[in-house]
Amino acid sequence: MDKIKLVTAGQIRDDLPEFFTGDTISVSVKVIEGDKERIQIYKGIVMGIKGGGVNKTFRVRKISNGVGVERIFPINSPKIAGIKIEKRGSVRRAKLYYLRKLTGKAATKIKEKKIVIPVEESKLKRDEPVKTEATENESES
Amino acid sequence: MVGILGKKLGMTTFFTDNGEAVPCTVIEAGPCHITQIKTLEKDGYNAVQLGFGTKHEKNVNKPQRVVFSKLNIAPQRYLHEIRDYPVSEEKPGDSIKVNLFKSGDKVKVSGISKGKGFQGVMKRHGFGGGVQTHGQSDRSRAPGSIGQSSYPSRVFKGLKMAGRMGGNKTTVRNLKVIKVFDDSNLLLIKGAVPGAINSLVEILKD
Repeated sequence: MDKIKLVTAGQIRDDLPEFFTGDTISVSVKVIEGDKERIQIYKGIVMGIKGGGVNKTFRVRKISNGVGVERIFPINSPKIAGIKIEKRGSVRRAKLYYLRKLTGKAATKIKEKKIVIPVEESKLKRDEPVKTEATENESES
Repeated sequence: MVGILGKKLGMTTFFTDNGEAVPCTVIEAGPCHITQIKTLEKDGYNAVQLGFGTKHEKNVNKPQRVVFSKLNIAPQRYLHEIRDYPVSEEKPGDSIKVNLFKSGDKVKVSGISKGKGFQGVMKRHGFGGGVQTHGQSDRSRAPGSIGQSSYPSRVFKGLKMAGRMGGNKTTVRNLKVIKVFDDSNLLLIKGAVPGAINSLVEILKD
């Protein structure tokens, strides 16, 4: 197993920000048209993260012209030019498959996270306490 | 035919430079040692006997131990012949490394396929099975008729029936070498190769 890791060692990307299920992100995808390369932005809710190591993938859902679209991206793919975190979502599931049954506004809206991890510091672990006024008030009461 | 012996380590994803995700098998190929060179004059056919892997000296019988000590190499776990290996200056005791392949090469890989146990005709021979409806019972995976009536009054030899599946030597041809790791003796081949993880595979140039 370790020797397989030797093969994939240079392939795992660490330049992308860390995001979680429920976050709204926009993925910049490199698209090749003929001999030209351009960047297409795909924005939606992260429905789930699957796999580990070099095989890790994430699934992004968006509503495009009234039709639900889901795309699965390999997180280590060189075709991903960048990922921008738009919103941090607060969800109670690891996989948001229930979004498929929702329609209208509910299908695109996810409760925003109270304690917002700053996007710049998103390399921090999720459970690491971020000091805000909200957390201080809670400990007093 | 030029080739090498290796150990299948498992599969992984490899991203090429243009962003393609390629399913790959990782094989630890070599270093192998030439243990014997067979010639048409002496043995009736041309071949090279390769040794791969090591084992403890106490597990090797005495005649074999002498063979290895004369060649000045460690006792080899596997000995395997490759027919019509082009030999020019090679002599017994020389080592063969993975660098005889380069990325883009077409290879064929042989190994012992995974044993599947006793399997029915649908899985073993790809039969269609019976109809699922029209009041049938117990017929959905059955082989159907296996012969005629009073003539010939027997079942022909070699008829495809249920039985042991897998565990045979299997070859997959036309596999592409994606990358060669000279330092760590690893070979990255696109697609799947026969056999279980840690099993011996033979890689030949196609």
